[in-house]
Amino acid sequence: MYALKFNEKVCATCPSADCLLKCQYMTFEKEEAHEEMMKIVRGEDSRVLHECMTCYACEEYCRRGNHPYYLIGERREERGIYTAPRPITNQWINMTAMQGKYMVGDIKEKAISCCFLPQLAEMATGEIFKDVASSVVFGAEFMCPAVHTHFAKMSVVKERLPVVIENLTKLGIKELICLHDECYGTFTSIAPAYGMEVPFKLTYYMDFLLERMKELKGKIVPLNITVAYQRPCSNRLIPDKHHLVREILDLIGVSMPDRRYQDENSLCCAELFRPIGGYRIADDVQRRNLDDMVATGAEYCLFNCPACQDVLSEKVAKRGLQPVHIIDLCRTAIGEKEREV
Amino acid sequence: MSDILQSLKEIVGEKGVSNNPEELWFYSRDPGVLDPHFPDYVVAPRTTEEVQKIVQLANRENIPIVPMGGGMALTGLVIPLKGGIVLDMKRMNKILEVNEKARYAVVEGGTSQGVLKAYLQDHHPMLRHSLPDAPPATTIAANVSLHGQGRLTQQYGFNSDMVTGLEVVLPTGEVCRIGSPSLGPYWFSKGPTLPDLSGLFLGWLGTTGIITKLGFKLYPNKKYRDVELLVTDRVELVPDILYKLTHLEMLEDINVWFQPKPLLFAGNFHCTIYFTGDTEEEIDFKRRMVWDSVQGYLDSKDAGFMNIQYMKDMLMEMPQRGIAAFADVPKGGGFEYSGPITIIEHFPRYAAKVIELAEKYDILYASSARLISGGHSMMFSISFAFNRNDKAMMTRVKHALDEATAFSLEMGGIPWKPNYMEQKMTMEKMDPVTLKLLQMVKKNLDPQGIMNPGNWEVN
Ligand SMILES: Cc1cc2nc3c(=O)[nH]c(=O)nc-3n(C[C@H](O)[C@H](O)[C@H](O)COP(=O)(O)OP(=O)(O)OC[C@H]3O[C@@H](n4cnc5c(N)ncnc54)[C@H](O)[C@@H]3O)c2cc1C
Ligand code: SF4
Ligand code: SF4
Repeated sequence: MYALKFNEKVCATCPSADCLLKCQYMTFEKEEAHEEMMKIVRGEDSRVLHECMTCYACEEYCRRGNHPYYLIGERREERGIYTAPRPITNQWINMTAMQGKYMVGDIKEKAISCCFLPQLAEMATGEIFKDVASSVVFGAEFMCPAVHTHFAKMSVVKERLPVVIENLTKLGIKELICLHDECYGTFTSIAPAYGMEVPFKLTYYMDFLLERMKELKGKIVPLNITVAYQRPCSNRLIPDKHHLVREILDLIGVSMPDRRYQDENSLCCAELFRPIGGYRIADDVQRRNLDDMVATGAEYCLFNCPACQDVLSEKVAKRGLQPVHIIDLCRTAIGEKEREV
Repeated sequence: MSDILQSLKEIVGEKGVSNNPEELWFYSRDPGVLDPHFPDYVVAPRTTEEVQKIVQLANRENIPIVPMGGGMALTGLVIPLKGGIVLDMKRMNKILEVNEKARYAVVEGGTSQGVLKAYLQDHHPMLRHSLPDAPPATTIAANVSLHGQGRLTQQYGFNSDMVTGLEVVLPTGEVCRIGSPSLGPYWFSKGPTLPDLSGLFLGWLGTTGIITKLGFKLYPNKKYRDVELLVTDRVELVPDILYKLTHLEMLEDINVWFQPKPLLFAGNFHCTIYFTGDTEEEIDFKRRMVWDSVQGYLDSKDAGFMNIQYMKDMLMEMPQRGIAAFADVPKGGGFEYSGPITIIEHFPRYAAKVIELAEKYDILYASSARLISGGHSMMFSISFAFNRNDKAMMTRVKHALDEATAFSLEMGGIPWKPNYMEQKMTMEKMDPVTLKLLQMVKKNLDPQGIMNPGNWEVN
């Protein structure tokens, strides 16, 4: 069984315990944050194990190479602590079980992964994806199991991720373009944290998108619109990729005004807060997030994760913002898609 | 016999009657597991007078007569067990009146649920009726004849409780009005303050008369409707969860279901909770009340609300087609359920029985219960899907359903729309004086026993 590689000494000497200090859902005094983290490190009970909302953000806040969020998950599971109700947790495990109901396209060395999100297969078409669109995998057999970290079911992650890696390897894939941050984050953050090897190259779809948009520059008609960006939880696993959003937007003439809940201070879609922390916190986070988006005067709410988009589309639309995924926005910029109004 | 055919033609016209074998074939069976039996004639009247004449003829000639709506009761209730005439009511499908302010409708005895739903949407958008999840072609009169339940049953009781008046052709051929229409032009009360005679027909499965008109209550149609899905893996908590939810007194409908397939649903018990409102604020308020009512179970992590984004359209459908889709899981499109009416505290024991029966007979189950009257009782459906092409599987389903009925009787439940064998089991268990009373009613109303014979054969 794989085990989390966590450097306890690094925490012991940590000057700030930013992981918990910056947490948006729990407040700590400076010393207290460090103390609580050390309790977790030592395997003792901590209020964090009962109050953490699983927003993934401490993976970004820790700048010292440790994985506080994964450790919290491990400790919760060791103690039998459920984040969400047990039937919901098990439902997710069942729903994402490998049942042989996957889709594999005409696989070439370079392939795209749609994870468990069929919407992604619809999006990844047209000029931008013309060389890779048919080389696609979708389904539980290829799905990154990171979602189970929300439920502190790290054992499911450890059990399924090697199988997913093996399934992809068996297809002869040499380079996998991950269309979902969660997949890229799983392969590049969770897998190494647990000592799992990924024997193929991983490409984050925004890197791919940026390159393709540069190649298609001649076709771009600047969109001249303003967006508020909904950063997904799983982007916290790959914070070094966050800058790509702005670079892509610059290329297609889209402005993204500063707002309070942006970058490190982003609020996630909060839908999983509903089973974990109840409707009050979920509604509150969504309301604050949307108020903030509206205050920027943005016309569009820009999504990166289709799950966030599903959850928030209706809500942002009611507040006057048009929901749009960044891939669709790029396709609009090269005249492939009608502009959403 | 040919004299009878001729007489029937004289009553309903050439096109309204048939004894062609290929047509009788369809009228000899239903989608359930009971063996078919052929009628001698099928007749489709258009008016009460025609029904009356057909019944007079049947009475004179001592021929069985089986009223039929959509034929979808599933328990063989319209299979002409003793031959005779199947009276297909579907041509009597007029909506006669909607009294907007008194909130009732009057329709003919073959009017379908779908036709009324569409009519209300077009002409009375502020009103709705208690639509069952049965296919839209099923009829309202049949539904009250078997004490059906619909979307508003959780709030207002069985659909038969919502009846506000009847016009019935008695087995002798006389036409009788029940309730306020027996005194005047209004159809607002089936009984009170008179002695309630509607009980002579409601629940009798067409064995005491033919409903040619009925009035029934309509209810406010709210602008918004929404749903939450609560799941728990601890069946013993279900009764208390339901108790807490019904305490709110603000929910439209509550269905509790469990099924092993697809895997997403395995191991959990699901409560689908519907609520309505005229504003988004009202909906949000009700949603919060629903969550708060079960907060203890959320805190203990024993129950939780599921994200239903991907299922919402299916859950919101009226009627819900997903129920019919279940029939085709083993391929071959067969589906039947035993649906005892029971008390909510027995839910865990019924649930265990369904799983036990499915394992014992190696068949696929799905169970869905609907709350009645704010939780005073529930209809607990023990549903099995089967392949019609697989006789052995159908036999296993039949045995499982018989056992389910025996179990529900043992548990003090009441079988719902029982087939003729289940009716017998029920009568055997019944208090003898109650049975005697039923005999007196049946004997007096239908002395020759021509109405849907084989069913409620109390004599
Ligand atoms: C997928 C599916 C879902 C269902 N869901 C529900 C549900 O949610 N709620 C529910 O209540 N039922 C449900 N049912 C069961 C059944 O379909 C309904 O009860 C339906 O209302 C029966 O109507 P019908 O017209 O098909 O009746 P039929 O099968 O035609 O008749 C039923 C009984 O009524 C008698 N009858 C018919 N017309 C008259 C009349 N005019 N006068 C006197 N007696 C008459 C018949 O002789 C028979 O005994 C469901 C069935 C299916 C297949
Ligand atoms: S996890 Fe990182 S930020 Fe937190 S205490 Fe350890 S080293 Fe410091
Ligand atoms: S995952 Fe989010 S909520 Fe949990 S401790 Fe880390 S930052 Fe806080």
